[in-house]
Amino acid sequence: MTRKQRRLTMIGGSLAVLAVAAALVLNAMRDSIVFFSTPSMVAEKHISAGKRFRLGGLVQQGSLKRGDNLAVSFTVADGSATLPVAYKGILPDLFREGQGIVAEGALDSAGVFKADTVLAKHDETYMPKDVADALKKQGHWKDDYAAKPSASAAPPSTQGASRAAQGAPQ
Amino acid sequence: MIAEAGHYALVLALGLALIQSTVPLIGARWRDVALMNVARSTALAQLLFVAASFAALVMLHVTSDFSVVNVFENSHSLKPLIYKITGVWGNHEGSMLLWVSILALFGGLVAAFGNNLRLSLRAHVLAVQAWIASAFYLFILITSNPFLRIANPPIEGRDLNPVLQDIGLAVHPPMLYLGYVGFSISFSFAVAALLEGRIDAAWARWVRPWTLMAWIFLTLGIAMGSYWAYYELGWGGWWFWDPVENASLMPWLAGTALLHSAVVMEKRNALKVWTILLAILTFSLSLLGTFLVRSGVLTSVHAFATDPTRGVFILLILCVFIGGSLSLYAWRASALKQGGLFAPISREGALVLNNLFLTTACATVFIGTLYPLALEVLTGDKISVGAPFFNLTFAPLFVPLMVAVPFGPLLAWKRGDLLGAAQRLTAAGIAALIAIAVLWAWTYGGSTLAPVAIGLAVFVIAGAFSDIVERTGLFRIPLKTSLQRAGGLPRATWGTLFAHAGVGVALIGIVCETTWNSEYIGSMKPDDVAKLAGYELKLDGVTQRQGPNFREMVAQFTVKLDGEKLSVMTPSKRNFTTRESSTTEAALLTRGASQLYISLGDTAADGAIAVRIYHKPLVLLIWWGPVLMAFGGTLSLSDRRLRVGAPKPAKAVRGLQAAE
Repeated sequence: MTRKQRRLTMIGGSLAVLAVAAALVLNAMRDSIVFFSTPSMVAEKHISAGKRFRLGGLVQQGSLKRGDNLAVSFTVADGSATLPVAYKGILPDLFREGQGIVAEGALDSAGVFKADTVLAKHDETYMPKDVADALKKQGHWKDDYAAKPSASAAPPSTQGASRAAQGAPQ
Repeated sequence: MIAEAGHYALVLALGLALIQSTVPLIGARWRDVALMNVARSTALAQLLFVAASFAALVMLHVTSDFSVVNVFENSHSLKPLIYKITGVWGNHEGSMLLWVSILALFGGLVAAFGNNLRLSLRAHVLAVQAWIASAFYLFILITSNPFLRIANPPIEGRDLNPVLQDIGLAVHPPMLYLGYVGFSISFSFAVAALLEGRIDAAWARWVRPWTLMAWIFLTLGIAMGSYWAYYELGWGGWWFWDPVENASLMPWLAGTALLHSAVVMEKRNALKVWTILLAILTFSLSLLGTFLVRSGVLTSVHAFATDPTRGVFILLILCVFIGGSLSLYAWRASALKQGGLFAPISREGALVLNNLFLTTACATVFIGTLYPLALEVLTGDKISVGAPFFNLTFAPLFVPLMVAVPFGPLLAWKRGDLLGAAQRLTAAGIAALIAIAVLWAWTYGGSTLAPVAIGLAVFVIAGAFSDIVERTGLFRIPLKTSLQRAGGLPRATWGTLFAHAGVGVALIGIVCETTWNSEYIGSMKPDDVAKLAGYELKLDGVTQRQGPNFREMVAQFTVKLDGEKLSVMTPSKRNFTTRESSTTEAALLTRGASQLYISLGDTAADGAIAVRIYHKPLVLLIWWGPVLMAFGGTLSLSDRRLRVGAPKPAKAVRGLQAAE
């Protein structure tokens, strides 16, 4: 086999694999991408029941209700709209009312968001980035959302005392 | 005083790195031996100063000097000593200091053990290494100085993020960085080869052990991180396709490809240009990983500092190094001589196929990780690409790779016999079919994909053994002769066996855990019994306990199997007063390779406690696989052929080749 033939075989093979990979990626992009929405975006866009998406916002004060056998329901708000959420299971350690969360799941026919995962970060000041951006865009951002509760008590430091520098596994 | 000394040592290291990055290159241009040798002494001195700087930061953390911002923000005087030490790299500044320390360590190793390297090559390699080092010293000194002081020192620190107060932090980041940064050596060698315009098999002999070493550490680092996430986060998940995880997976995939193409280059003097490109890409992906994790651009379950100046600085480093090295590649690669010829069906061909699939799989991870970021920057749309995307793209690309793995070692160099290899794999194929049939019958009506996937894993494992069986003539000649032959085989052959078998072992673990995992979620009161996978777990009671810097609620479970008491499990929930946050400490009970896993949730008003119990069959194989791979890598690394005769010029190596 000459150098040219070998090269052609290799290029042909590579192109074939790349084409398959591209097809796989495009296919997966069509089916398995999850969009992020806030309650007001949900109200505007009329997302159909059963379509998976990520819901972000603040857990409304006083809305958390615990049912039987670890069923919980609460309301997620973003300042202009609210959406009821139902979830069954153990909530993350840092789940609290007034805290920003991201939940993944879909709406049911009654308009309740059935979540199968609820994320809150391992940081008491945490506001999910998506939630913070969305709130800022809608003009509901308050600076005290981001401020650390202890920031006022903290001594002046030379750089970013309010920055919570942290790592997490991985 | 210690802080200032540490800071000063870091500035001196920067000065040395600047000298190291220029003087040896001038020396190489002028063919001045003395100037070229500057590289060696500066690399060693640089290591000394960075080590001093790192030791200073460790000292500050150990003595709880809260006048230093970094210590104040991440430490607490009551924290156990081990976490005071590991807390050094549990934050942005400290972990960057660890990064450059390891970079300097590798530079120092090349300087110390590179005595028989060609002088100008060593000068070039160390100079390139110093460019990287200089960039990161500047980054630390300008944007992330860990030695800054506070004007009015507080009495107590803010404590380390409780999730990080775990032995995992002691092992995972250093391992991962040894891997990430270890690839800088192959990068430096690649850029040096491009600068010099010459490359030979001796070059590959030098690059291969370094790549292998980095790969071993990265493999262990990723596995360790995965196990840590598994037991610490309390969700029982071991891989989330989180961008931070993908950031470490991408260099691993590219590094695995590099490892294999370097073999072709060393043995057959072929695929030179491609190997160089892979070396550049692998380290580029390591840098990208550092950027993703350290700049805070990600929305992920990992909380890292957000500070735009840092992000921009690392992005700049990223652009300069990746852009620069790729431009250099485009400009100079054609100057490198062409390598040897081989037929598509051959050992070389199989390794090319391996490279093709690994790099393509790496590309899909790359797209899945960066596309959402790019989309958000360009259009403002927010999307998340999770496990389903990667299952649909990454998995189909890995299946043909797994099928091909056993064939590779059985094919001859230059021109192989596919039919012959297939014949020799008959036994492995039959083993796989039997495994599929048995499992399918056993789990009748369940998943059909799982038995097939396990069959594939069995094929990979049995196939890995086929090569050894073939070479030792086991079952064909007397056992004694076979054993003698087995003892005479190069260690690298055994290394291949373990590394390839490890892939199969990990696959079995992954398939079993995802398919036959069972869970119990419910609220339990004392004396309640939960039944799961044949086990009976009785909640004995809940007690409160005071730890060094936390309070914890411990639940005690008695585990019974068939009425017989097995063990006691004590999951807990810790409350860290300083940070007002809590962590879930899962309890694990290991039975063979399977595990029972209990994590606690909230306590209800009536005293019932939310409990999540998992039974995870063969879950430990997920991590034993990578450990086997790393063991295989270590065996290969200890092979005589890699240690002896490395610096021989191309001609002599050819001569050796024929004798093999």
